[in-house]
Amino acid sequence: MRNAFADEITKIAQQREDMVLLSGDIGNRLFDKFKDVSPGRFFNCGVAEANMVGVAAGMAASGLQPVCYTIASFLTYRVIEQIRLDLGYHHQRVILVGTGAGLSYSSLGSTHHSVEDMGMLRLIPGLAVLAPGDEKELRPALHAALDYPGPVYIRIGKKGEPVVHETEPEFAIGKALRLREGKEVWILALGNTLPLAVEAATQLESRGVSCGVASMGSLKPLDTKLLGDVFTSAKVVATLEEHSVLGGLGTATAEWLAAQPAQAKARLVTFGTPDEFLHATTHQPSAREWAGLTSARVAGRIAEKLRN
Amino acid sequence: MDHTKLKHVAAELRGEVIELSHRAKTPHLGSSLSCIDLLVALYWGFLRIDPKKADSADRDRFILSKGHAAPALYITLCRRGFFSPQLLADYAKDGAALAEQPAPHCAPGVEWATGSLGHGLSVGIGMALAARIQKHDYRTVVLLSDGECNEGSVWEAAMFAAAQKLGSITVLVDYNKWQATGRSEEVMALAPLRDKWEAFGWESYEVDGHDFGQIRAALVRGELPDRTKPLAIVAHTIKGRGVSFMEDDNNWHYRIPNAEELAAARKELGVE
Repeated sequence: MRNAFADEITKIAQQREDMVLLSGDIGNRLFDKFKDVSPGRFFNCGVAEANMVGVAAGMAASGLQPVCYTIASFLTYRVIEQIRLDLGYHHQRVILVGTGAGLSYSSLGSTHHSVEDMGMLRLIPGLAVLAPGDEKELRPALHAALDYPGPVYIRIGKKGEPVVHETEPEFAIGKALRLREGKEVWILALGNTLPLAVEAATQLESRGVSCGVASMGSLKPLDTKLLGDVFTSAKVVATLEEHSVLGGLGTATAEWLAAQPAQAKARLVTFGTPDEFLHATTHQPSAREWAGLTSARVAGRIAEKLRN
Repeated sequence: MDHTKLKHVAAELRGEVIELSHRAKTPHLGSSLSCIDLLVALYWGFLRIDPKKADSADRDRFILSKGHAAPALYITLCRRGFFSPQLLADYAKDGAALAEQPAPHCAPGVEWATGSLGHGLSVGIGMALAARIQKHDYRTVVLLSDGECNEGSVWEAAMFAAAQKLGSITVLVDYNKWQATGRSEEVMALAPLRDKWEAFGWESYEVDGHDFGQIRAALVRGELPDRTKPLAIVAHTIKGRGVSFMEDDNNWHYRIPNAEELAAARKELGVE
């Protein structure tokens, strides 16, 4: 996903003189082409993320369109007050791109895991939280973020993730993308769990369960119309995210569901990381196993929920 | 304007700040009084600003990063004609434009909502870099408190500005030697503060922050063409400056003057 981001942001910079890219001392060589086409518009802000976001706010207030890029955990946790005040309170149009989100950098330990980022950022008024499902979804998401009237956080994975969408989808902030329709079950995937959702849905289909899949690329604002549709029509709705079960898509869906009338009858199952730190040495597949984020476990728990 | 007149303006502004604190029952009086002379030096003759065009793209930017001294900024902006005295009359009342600490776009001339320390310098650097990119020649000035220099983000910003060779930004530190609950030197070992800024790659001067000649002489260093270093002015000030029973007494970080104290202060300032 990050290569697609670098490619797309470079294309945009060729058309927009106001574009500036700020990086927190990461992406070695990744932005060489951006620097070529947009000299003087790339800033390596060093290992000083709070300053980077404040600088971006000052640039946005002066008519530029800044994009800040670094590892998701460093861009969010230690910078939350700059994000809240300098971007949220001031309503500055800065795009934050957190790379290696979720468990992408699981081998580096909990310092590099970002499984609470969306829960934190979802609390900030006016800030959109996006997590595109693959690189084909990321490109239009970036354009949608540029048109958004406030700050946007885009959470992306690393490189080499499976591509799910066959063509570039029509991404809109606040709107989910339906990949396949289902009658009994819907899996709502956030960000890089989209390929997992498709796998789990395929397994359920092979057991004779009609299972739909949607990419909830926009966590905030949330596509409540889609939630209304799937909770009315299906028996089980599952949320899937490389994020804590607290604060992210599962929580946002539960919050919405609690306020719905009785016809929203489907039962909710949430998949995400447990409310605990991961101390073991892992790689992304084993970290996902720890969290129960495998297609077999997802399909299994959903099937169980259907039976009971 | 000559220094005698500037001193008179500063005395009047001090009287108004104290009256504002008395009337609205809002604190941070000592912190407001310590930076009045810095604000007067900036707003009377240094900053290239036009109160009638408060949003013009090439205006000089000033950020009061020590947002708790907002009353001093409000009084200054009002006197310079950025907004009507009615806004000040309503200060800190429910629904008023001017709160104890500034909200975004609360009044013409207020560039940034501050109040949480350690944000203003990064934002100012962003504005200064935008000037470089957009080929404007405005200067950006950020006023910090000494307590604010406890914040790590100030020093992140300082290193970054030096790396960017950002000669168009000026920092003023209102070095009144106190923070909320203690001597700033004892809480965080700030001294030698000028040397710290030098070590972070800034051209740095120490001035008497109540001497208009010294403040101005340091500020104009920032106007020299082709500067490649940011400028830091460490202004030695006195908390509560101008009123003998408030000077260097940290109780006035939070205390509100009563009617007798207001009258005594105004008398001493010669603005009865």
